[in-house]
Amino acid sequence: MTMDFAALLFYAFGALALGSAIVVISQRNPIYSAFALIVTLCSLSAIYGLLGSPFIAVLQIVVYAGAIMVLFLFVLMLLNVKREGRDPGDGRTLKGVALALAVLLALQIGTVLMRARLGPARPLDASTEKMARDLFSLPYLYVFEATSVLILAALVGAVALARKDS
Amino acid sequence: MQHALLLSVGLFALGALGVFLRRNIITILMCIELMLNAANLAFVAFSNHLGTREGQILVFFVMTVAAAEAAVGLAIVIALHRGKDTLDVDAFSVLKW
Repeated sequence: MTMDFAALLFYAFGALALGSAIVVISQRNPIYSAFALIVTLCSLSAIYGLLGSPFIAVLQIVVYAGAIMVLFLFVLMLLNVKREGRDPGDGRTLKGVALALAVLLALQIGTVLMRARLGPARPLDASTEKMARDLFSLPYLYVFEATSVLILAALVGAVALARKDS
Repeated sequence: MQHALLLSVGLFALGALGVFLRRNIITILMCIELMLNAANLAFVAFSNHLGTREGQILVFFVMTVAAAEAAVGLAIVIALHRGKDTLDVDAFSVLKW
């Protein structure tokens, strides 16, 4: 089966992403889930690179795997979480219903996406210079500055929520 | 590109399954991040096919919002743990009707 190298890499990283996502939702120990999520994020970053988005690929590693997941691991270590206990009683029925609903969700979204009538593929130029020019010129400049206010609000909120009342 | 969309749908369904089934709050937050990443993948796949950069600019902002939301969500988890010393979602049932 002849497949060019890019497609082979895409399928390999896609399988890795799906496999570690299954580990995320199935592991009892949340630290293992966090590590599996890091593997998923890094394989998604590789897929972004294959899809012609080098800026977003690097941003995924730096922001998601490097900051958000580290924050998750900090909180997990701080709160010293143990393994999740067994579900009481109705474990089997709940899992069956949940799986059926998830399959239904996937079929619904998948059908809508597969029926989208797109035109022919057009070339993409998403170099960092072009992305920066887009981000720093109108209208995305407004959104850019607004997200800085959002991050400030999140910072103040997180400090206020996690502070000890002494 | 269709395969990238199928991967995005699969990851989203897995994340939704995790939010539904898990009982540890932090694991639920991680499954929400998984769903956000699935949406990001769909954006990047469409941006790649249509040849515009707007999908990726939106991914930039989705990542920013996800970071802010993860920070505030984990601060809430810390505050909850301080009150009840457990991370089991079933323990926080005061607002149930």
